[in-house]
Amino acid sequence: MTKTQTLKQGDIPANMGRRDFIVVASYAMAGIGLASVAWPLIDQMNPAADTLALASIEVDISKIEVGQAITVKWRGKPVFIRHRSETEITSAQSVQLSDLKDPQTDDERVTNPQFLVMIGVCTHLGCVPLGQKTGDVKGEYDGWFCPCHGSHYDSSGRIRKGPAPLNLEIPPYQFASDAVIKIG
Amino acid sequence: MSADKFSNPVVRWVDHRLPIFTFMDHELNEYPTPKNLNYFWNFGSLAGISLVIMIVTGIVLAMSYTPHVDYAFQSVERIMRDVNHGWLIRYIHMNGASFFFIVVFIHIFRGLYYGSYKAPRELLWILGVLILLLMMATAFMGYVLPWGQMSFWGATVITNLFSAIPLVGDSIVTLLWGGFSVDNPTLNRFFALHYLMPFLIVGVVILHLVALHRFGSNNPIGIDPSGPQDTVPFHPYYTIKDFFGLSIFLSLFAATIFFFPNFMGHPDNYIPANPMQTPAHIVPEWYFLPFYAILRAVPDKLGGVLAMFGAIAVLFILPWLDRSPIRSGNFRPIFRIFFWVFVADCIALGYLGGMPAEGIYVVLSRVATAWYFLHFLAILPLLSVIETPRPLPQSLSKSVLGGTALAGAASAVKEKV
Amino acid sequence: MMKWYQAIIFSCALFASNAFAAGSGDVVLKHKDWSFNGPFGTLDKAAMQRGFQAYREICASCHSLDYIAFRNLSDLGYSAAEIKAFAAEYDVEDGPNDEGEMFIRPGIAADRFPSPYQNDAAARAGNNGAYPPDLSLITKARAKGPDYLYSLLTSYKDAPEDKEVPDGMYYNAAYPGHLIAMPQPIYGEDVIYADGAPSDVSAIASDLVYFLTWTAEPSLEKRKRTGVKVLIFLLFMVGMSYGAMKFIWADVKKA
Ligand code: HEM
Ligand code: FES
Repeated sequence: MTKTQTLKQGDIPANMGRRDFIVVASYAMAGIGLASVAWPLIDQMNPAADTLALASIEVDISKIEVGQAITVKWRGKPVFIRHRSETEITSAQSVQLSDLKDPQTDDERVTNPQFLVMIGVCTHLGCVPLGQKTGDVKGEYDGWFCPCHGSHYDSSGRIRKGPAPLNLEIPPYQFASDAVIKIG
Repeated sequence: MSADKFSNPVVRWVDHRLPIFTFMDHELNEYPTPKNLNYFWNFGSLAGISLVIMIVTGIVLAMSYTPHVDYAFQSVERIMRDVNHGWLIRYIHMNGASFFFIVVFIHIFRGLYYGSYKAPRELLWILGVLILLLMMATAFMGYVLPWGQMSFWGATVITNLFSAIPLVGDSIVTLLWGGFSVDNPTLNRFFALHYLMPFLIVGVVILHLVALHRFGSNNPIGIDPSGPQDTVPFHPYYTIKDFFGLSIFLSLFAATIFFFPNFMGHPDNYIPANPMQTPAHIVPEWYFLPFYAILRAVPDKLGGVLAMFGAIAVLFILPWLDRSPIRSGNFRPIFRIFFWVFVADCIALGYLGGMPAEGIYVVLSRVATAWYFLHFLAILPLLSVIETPRPLPQSLSKSVLGGTALAGAASAVKEKV
Repeated sequence: MMKWYQAIIFSCALFASNAFAAGSGDVVLKHKDWSFNGPFGTLDKAAMQRGFQAYREICASCHSLDYIAFRNLSDLGYSAAEIKAFAAEYDVEDGPNDEGEMFIRPGIAADRFPSPYQNDAAARAGNNGAYPPDLSLITKARAKGPDYLYSLLTSYKDAPEDKEVPDGMYYNAAYPGHLIAMPQPIYGEDVIYADGAPSDVSAIASDLVYFLTWTAEPSLEKRKRTGVKVLIFLLFMVGMSYGAMKFIWADVKKA
């Protein structure tokens, strides 16, 4: 009982094997515990339930005149909806795929050729291209022009000239009726 | 010396240029610690971990919280309902504050009983009291953030305390508010400060640890280790013991968070702040109740405020009030009794702080407040003179009581250089 | 030396002092064994659906439900289509549109329940100056919320002889001070439940308690379920670390 003992770092106590197991197991539990706490702390940065709930919108397109466009907000980003004229449609359809940086036919980009629906965010570095309003600069291909670094898009929203690598993105959408589209 | 300590060449390379590994090895690994510490010595590391928990959950809450009077309440509800795991994070932060205080209070009473504030640990103690003050300020401002009824009226009452200061009081309150009542500017600055202060606490905690490692931990017997036979390396002996303590702490904490998350809160704080209507009973968070009781015990506005701050101030000068050279209450038969009376007194103050300020409660609050100060200002100084301590053991490892009280006293006095 | 039990008494006392502080005045509440009580408690979906119906048909004309969106109703077991239909029954103000005007459209799942009044002042004006509080958080915003709410809804009585009841006030045995500005809302058979459940005063009150306990904390069930798992893990960790500690300390002789 009065026996004294000096213990220094590195001394190997008796019953090492069993000791090792339970010690390692305890610290492993601490590790598992920490890891499972980490997830909620990270996941909280993902979109919250109310943000996700607004992830789809319905838009009335019946009032867009031919040759006019509207911009609606979807997931915090502008969505361009353009009621294209016959000339715009024809010119979009007649482009050779070989002339395109990101080859896509106009058909692949629309559900109904009269309405072009796409995300109005330049695929270069995220600016919003001009071309929605009648007086806007529309670029060399009579579609949209991004003023930030000079990307030109055609009347199908395809990249034709400038630093942007890809065509303007098409959001998931469907026609809920002739007059209403549901985006998202 | 350090060159052969680490086998990993990268560690060795870094350590040669920046000896952080030597430092950590020295302070956390081989750091010699008295081998007779009891479970009350777990509360230091628990306090540190609580601080980390508060900072981590706080930063995460701040990502979804909006410090504006029109949105604060709503943003907290959004955290509770829509943010992924938000309810969990918020309940951890909310109850974490209470658990942090429970841990720190036990830590402080440990120090009071075992004389951990005595030479050569006076500065260590003072830094600890400073941490308590900063924690109180942080928790107070945090409680304002959800902008419920208790947030608002708590903020109003506590900031108004400063109006008791003669001459400049009202200007100080206006300055704190940034307006003519607790309002949006107040909420904004409280959020900024609530974010900042925990990091100030971290700074003081580091100083607290530097001071601790200068002379090492005190222990339940209160005499210094006389050699290596009295100590064990911190790791693995106290790391594992702290880990065991942490597991128990987390179990109690989790039980509260998951099963009674609002037990320590007040229902009124789920009502959005209304500057036109004060709730029928306003009470501060439980950890402020003893101080609140002292505030209300004094029938004078300025006097009450002074008494409340005085209750903390006496802790700062405690090392010079208790002159007894014996640290541990185990060897001070009369001190021991008064210690427990003092614990009872603090609990009584806590209870009284939550009761309406009327009738018998007022009388009892005054008695308990008087006793609080009497304990520090009269009883402790007196005991240092009249008490005959029990004989101290000769060393931590010898259970046979060797030396006399005088010898123990002499050795303790010697340290006060 | 301080003993462990002294420490426990000490901390319990701290807790208790707070519990006392939160206690309420002179009314005795009726106590019910709610299914959501206790660590394994769950919310009763059928009761919540009935409570939702009762809220819509009885309470919603005066009390808002600000923090609940229609989409949240999926917690009660409603399908996406049912929720869409509920939402569409409400008119929601939106806008401004391109002409700069606010307009009314049918509600969608992402909308919150519209408030019955334009603003607080209108709510007061419609109720003799008394503001009908939002109900989303009501069971958390009152001490012993579920029992309180149940008692309040079932304790309208004739005032005792000596108690004067002013105009526009009503006598309620469970309300602090006993005089409440809300007229008795439930008389029994006020709603006809689709599932044929009883609709006497106490049944409706109880259904409302279920619904409003959910609105106050939609994560209640998840919280308790997670808690059981976390505690099992932690108790395991207590045992393990205790064993590890004993092994490590086995060689050290205590002083
Ligand atoms: C010493 C450490 C801390 C203490 C004692 C503390 C205390 C508190 C308290 C008592 C509340 C009110 C909880 C409630 O009733 O809802 C609160 C809320 C809050 N705290 Fe802290 N806190 C600490 C650290 C932090 C840190 C480092 C941040 C980082 C920004 C932070 C951010 C917040 C936020 C955003 C809220 C409002 C959300 C809510 O009320 O749940 N806290 N804090
Ligand atoms: S962002 Fe459009 S061209 Fe660079």
